[in-house]
Amino acid sequence: MQLIIEPGRTEKNYWKDLWRYRELFYILAWRDVKVRYKQTVIGALWSIIRPLLTMLVFTIIFSRIAKLPTDGTIPYAILVYAAMLPWQFFSTALTESSNSLVTNSNLISKVYFPRLIIPASAVIASFVDFLISFIILFALMIYYHYTPPLQILLLPVFLIFVFLTSFSLGLYLTAVNVKYRDFRYIIPFIVQFGLYVSPVGFSSNVIPSKWRLLYDLNPMVGVIDGFRWCICGDKFTQQTLMSMSISLAITIVTLIFGTYYFRKTEKTFADII
Amino acid sequence: MSNTIIKVENLGKSYLIGHERQQGYVALRDVIAKNTSVFFKGIQNAFSGKQLMGGQEIEEFWALKDINFEIKQGEAVGIIGRNGAGKSTLLKLLSRITEPTKGRIELNGRVASLLEVGTGFHPELSGRENIFLNGAILGMSRAEIKSKFDEIVDFSGVEKFLDTPVKHYSSGMYVRLAFAVAAHLEPEILVVDEVLAVGDAEFQKKCLGKMTDISQKQGRTVLFVSHNMGAISALCSKAILLNKGSIESFDTTGNVIAKYFSNTSHSSSRFDLTNTKEKYGNAVAELISGNISDNHNTIKEQFYINEEISICMKYRIKKNIDAPVVPNYHFYNANGECIFVVNAPDIKPLKEGIYEASCSIPANFLNAGVHFILLAATTYFQNNFEVNFTYKDALSFEVVDKLHDNPLRYNYAGPIPGAIRPLLHFEIKNIT
Repeated sequence: MQLIIEPGRTEKNYWKDLWRYRELFYILAWRDVKVRYKQTVIGALWSIIRPLLTMLVFTIIFSRIAKLPTDGTIPYAILVYAAMLPWQFFSTALTESSNSLVTNSNLISKVYFPRLIIPASAVIASFVDFLISFIILFALMIYYHYTPPLQILLLPVFLIFVFLTSFSLGLYLTAVNVKYRDFRYIIPFIVQFGLYVSPVGFSSNVIPSKWRLLYDLNPMVGVIDGFRWCICGDKFTQQTLMSMSISLAITIVTLIFGTYYFRKTEKTFADII
Repeated sequence: MSNTIIKVENLGKSYLIGHERQQGYVALRDVIAKNTSVFFKGIQNAFSGKQLMGGQEIEEFWALKDINFEIKQGEAVGIIGRNGAGKSTLLKLLSRITEPTKGRIELNGRVASLLEVGTGFHPELSGRENIFLNGAILGMSRAEIKSKFDEIVDFSGVEKFLDTPVKHYSSGMYVRLAFAVAAHLEPEILVVDEVLAVGDAEFQKKCLGKMTDISQKQGRTVLFVSHNMGAISALCSKAILLNKGSIESFDTTGNVIAKYFSNTSHSSSRFDLTNTKEKYGNAVAELISGNISDNHNTIKEQFYINEEISICMKYRIKKNIDAPVVPNYHFYNANGECIFVVNAPDIKPLKEGIYEASCSIPANFLNAGVHFILLAATTYFQNNFEVNFTYKDALSFEVVDKLHDNPLRYNYAGPIPGAIRPLLHFEIKNIT
């Protein structure tokens, strides 16, 4: 095996390297999962409790106190929880992955491996949480005697979708965060703000059509609408298709640009971290 | 076994360093204008992914320049040099952590680098889990770690605590476990930075033994950076001497170590900071110059063990203060250990002016070897003290043993251990 190191050499074997280091990828993801709830009393229960509590708050405030109208016969709790799941995943994945390079700076300055592994494993660890929190959804369905529509079988497609959306944005943000720590302060803001412009506490139908295009620029709109469609059986309208296409387009563009930016700056990580 | 495994050609690495420009007079308007432009430039850079610098004046600094060498398979090569000579940068380039600015490296084998003991160890995970984690980080596959697991545990000697989180380990256990994982790597090229500096003497010996094993018995190539000349000469057949980013010598270990010592003492038996930019001092006192001489006032860097060594330091007291400015010298040996510190006794507060302090080390006091001196001055107030200046490795000298005419040796020619070797008075009486 021969290896040549030269300045500016675009390593053709980068993706091959990524494959070769897959074991490291598994083990870092496993570490992130394992370490997340260490020294906590209730451990992985946190991944259930957080979305559950938020869902309860939303249900009480919007449904009981504000008496927001809900369309159809679906219990409001399920409506909120179906959206809370992808949102919670998106926000933790984004937070974890954008800080991942900085928190692993000791690895970056001491060992070589494709750096892409680090944000990816952070997203995977959040994904495991995400899957665990599905338990509550099933519990809610049983509690309300709710039978999901047939399209719930398409849910895995949307799981991949939300994974890519979070990963692509996280990839870009973590690379910038290495150089400009400002982003560490911006991300909590994005996450907090995002909750109000995403259809978590409300349905996308309440958005006036003149604001619709602007609203759709948030890639999580298409994702959450997709989850609602699968779980709550929302009507699949032209509008839903539109939102999803915009989300998908934004995700793909971010993924390409994020990967490009990450690869471009990756070589200098060890020097500036 | 004579094929080239590492080939380095014209290798160079530069860093850009930003300096803040000093200005005598600053207007608020200028500050706002400057910061706004810096702000917008920063934002622009953030989106285009360009390099951001701290200051306005950017200087290019070459940490390594025109490095050329070839290493054959199975060789163990030591890399030595003073701090900042570029040793760590070279290792980082070889292990692909950072990219070179110039030149090329050809590696004909798998590289594992050990720049730190226990890279990636997670304090919350148990010893067992950390073996897998650390192994994967160093490039071992799961199957590989599994097959060597027992050996690793055995080598580390922490069987009992395998399922305890490593945050509860003593630092010794931690290092032992970490080195045990690293020692079982099987790459064609092993790159090791100063990792033996940790751990107790017995463990260091074990590590050194393991590394000798790796290079001599298993025919792997080892690159080893250390300040410990003993370890270098024990392990390596050849060595590279780096100085200010270039290779000064690449030869057999003995020759290179000799050169390193002659070089360092050559440049450092005297210095004068009068016309240099380098300044050591504060508002109270400032260092001017220093030298090492024998008792005939001849400045030199090599002394026989039975010669007196006089260390002289010139400094300026810039302010009349009501506290004594006390010169003190710290002596280090070649391993970087501080042997002793001498403090000038009974100093009264002194007026402004230039002073010369000198202190003699008696003959037959230090052991043979190279010694480094840190020059310092400290002001002692009633309840606290303030360091006026320190200059590390300001001077250095070598003490040479006389194998003959030495009352201690009785014609014994081997090395005598110890930091110092004083000639003390003995009384031997017949009491039968």
